[in-house]
Amino acid sequence: MYLATTDAVAKSSKKTKKTKKSEKTEKSEARRGRVAGPVLALGAVSLVTDISSEMVTAVLPLYFVLQLGLTPLQFGFLDGLYNGVTALVRLAGGYAADRGGRHKLVAGGGYALSTLSRLGLLLAGGATAGIGAALAADRVGKGVRTAPRDALISLSGPPDTLGRAFGVHRAMDTTGALLGPLAAFALLWATADAYDAVFVVSFCFGLLGVLLLVLFVPGRRELSPPKPRDPAARRPGAPALLRVPAFRRVLLAASLLGAATIGDAFLYLLLQRRLDFAVSWFPLLPLGAAAVYLLLAVPAGRLADRVGRRAPFLAGHVALLCGYVLLLAPTDGWPLLVGVLLLLGVFYAATDGVLMALATPVVPRERRARGMAVLQTGQALARLLAAAGFGAAWTLWGIGTALTCAVIALTVALAGAAALLPRTERTP
Amino acid sequence: MTPSAPTAPRSLRSRIIAVAVAAAVLAGVAVAYTLHAARRAQSADAASEFGLDRGQLYFRGTEAGGAGRVARLPAPGEATPGKAAHQAARTTGGPSCERFYAAARTALCLQRRSGIPPKSYAVVLDERLREKRRIALTGIPNRARVSASGRMLSWTMFATGDSYAGSSFSTRTSILDTRTGYLIKNMEEIPLTLDGRRYHSPDVNYWGVTFARDDNRFYATVSTKGRTYLVRGDMRKWAATALRTNVECPSLSPDNTRLAFKKRVREGTRDPWRLYVLDLRTMREHPLAERRNVDDQAAWLDDGTLAYALPGADGRRSDIWSTPADGSGKPVLRVRGGSSPAAVG
Repeated sequence: MYLATTDAVAKSSKKTKKTKKSEKTEKSEARRGRVAGPVLALGAVSLVTDISSEMVTAVLPLYFVLQLGLTPLQFGFLDGLYNGVTALVRLAGGYAADRGGRHKLVAGGGYALSTLSRLGLLLAGGATAGIGAALAADRVGKGVRTAPRDALISLSGPPDTLGRAFGVHRAMDTTGALLGPLAAFALLWATADAYDAVFVVSFCFGLLGVLLLVLFVPGRRELSPPKPRDPAARRPGAPALLRVPAFRRVLLAASLLGAATIGDAFLYLLLQRRLDFAVSWFPLLPLGAAAVYLLLAVPAGRLADRVGRRAPFLAGHVALLCGYVLLLAPTDGWPLLVGVLLLLGVFYAATDGVLMALATPVVPRERRARGMAVLQTGQALARLLAAAGFGAAWTLWGIGTALTCAVIALTVALAGAAALLPRTERTP
Repeated sequence: MTPSAPTAPRSLRSRIIAVAVAAAVLAGVAVAYTLHAARRAQSADAASEFGLDRGQLYFRGTEAGGAGRVARLPAPGEATPGKAAHQAARTTGGPSCERFYAAARTALCLQRRSGIPPKSYAVVLDERLREKRRIALTGIPNRARVSASGRMLSWTMFATGDSYAGSSFSTRTSILDTRTGYLIKNMEEIPLTLDGRRYHSPDVNYWGVTFARDDNRFYATVSTKGRTYLVRGDMRKWAATALRTNVECPSLSPDNTRLAFKKRVREGTRDPWRLYVLDLRTMREHPLAERRNVDDQAAWLDDGTLAYALPGADGRRSDIWSTPADGSGKPVLRVRGGSSPAAVG
């Protein structure tokens, strides 16, 4: 285990640059190509759980609209509502996890709740209220578990390999997200639309994920022996975190960029409009972006470890900006499709896990889960705002103008984030 | 995944065994349930428990214990208020269809299967409701009709969009002659005369075809440039003429003298449609007693009665109602939890 090095995380900035540098070079030499056991275990949990949850996510729109007769608008509303819920529940999850370092317990509870929600879907048998409740339970579980899980990853490895650790985790996570829909559609195909079979199989995967977590992910005792505390850590509540200037900067930068991110659904919709392919192929678009994400997550994480996390994080958003520009440009056909999906995949690979690695050194370990929850919620709420704003702009001024606005907003946000993000990180 | 140091290595083996056993058990449950579901699906695809008989009202059941499968019940000549639902006399266990219609000795069943991409099928069934022909399609099943003789079949699929209520949608309407086997997969190429002139536009969309007794003349809806028209078509001449505007989903009466259709009475997406009947001799139309919004191609139960699906109360997907064709009387609930009505006379 890497406890000796993780201790240094919170106070690494206080160490002299020289010691830190030599220590880290040494460690990364020793650990090249290897990732801590708990990270792999958490990756496996996420992989299996994502198969479970993406199976259901992939078929729910079909289930709602075709089997239950809801209008797409009703479904969209329900979905948006629950995504908002997730963002808020995440904060509670982070707070609960930090109290006494119960990351494993809280994350496990979240995984278990989502798994049980599959049984709820099964038992609801088409009653809209029951399905709504099951869906809410799933989203609450998802919200609760995310921050403690990322905190666990950040606590599991030496700080100079965190980019790679998050990269490996996100790659495994995305593998599950890719396999899930495929499994679900294969099941529907084999059983002639037996949605209950999808729910049952999803439940089995979810249960396996919980079991993997219980058995292989280290808990409180293994991870965090009582530490001499940072004085800031003793102050209660999240606001104390906001008094850490470096954290504030990261949070602001992530939220700023989030507020200029228009949302994948819009990008896919734009692609569909430009290329005019059959709507039945629509569900395949996210798979294309996810495949790129999957392939690049680990390399991006390694790169972030080597050159510092700031550059890849900003570069990822530049890739997204290029995607917007590509949609505005007179590109057509395959180059447009491949280009946008590729850029979107690069964006996720270079930003999602990298942001967590970027934030880790500025959040004391005692409030790691809370810090990540605040960061993720800030980003999610900013994105929600951006999606709403983009939708409004689209309706008011048409698609070309809306997209131009998005390009300008993202350029400004990038400049702001570049100025905000701390440069204190080590360079090679 | 091999967790290192923090947990005692001795227990690692037992933990791996525990996970392996649990995974095996869960895999067993998953496979068993899937096989069970697949077998259930096969039984739904299996031979129907009844055939096409005169004097029966066929429909697609939408309630639990027969959802998605065709059912039937005896169709009395007139609706009997009070005993409206006829729940006791219902026979279930027909084919699985999204849309269904039948006449004489032929039935048309539109199916939809999930997958990447999802596939749809038009399935032609004989008088014992056994599959005769299966045509693979893309899109979401929407309208299905069989001519009175059972010879001419037509159906409509939504290609994009999934509702006539939205502003943008596109349809594919097919016509199949079961005697010759000739299939027109997309009738959009039919020469159309509009306002006395040949009309050309890439945005024409046809839907809701209804055939006359001669199996040659037909009526349908065409939409172009944001307007909908009633068109009369001729199979042998392969030509269509627009007759009047603002008419959708026509349905020809058994005696071929009147045409029922839904007419847009309100702009926008809130309750836009009302059922009307047009007398083809006088070309005069009158609204029916049904005042609710009906988004269905009405079906004639006999020369005096029309049936159609409406969204059901208490969360049911739809119920079948009927109302007199002359605009008198009031609507009657005919089938609780059903859609796609078809009376085989």
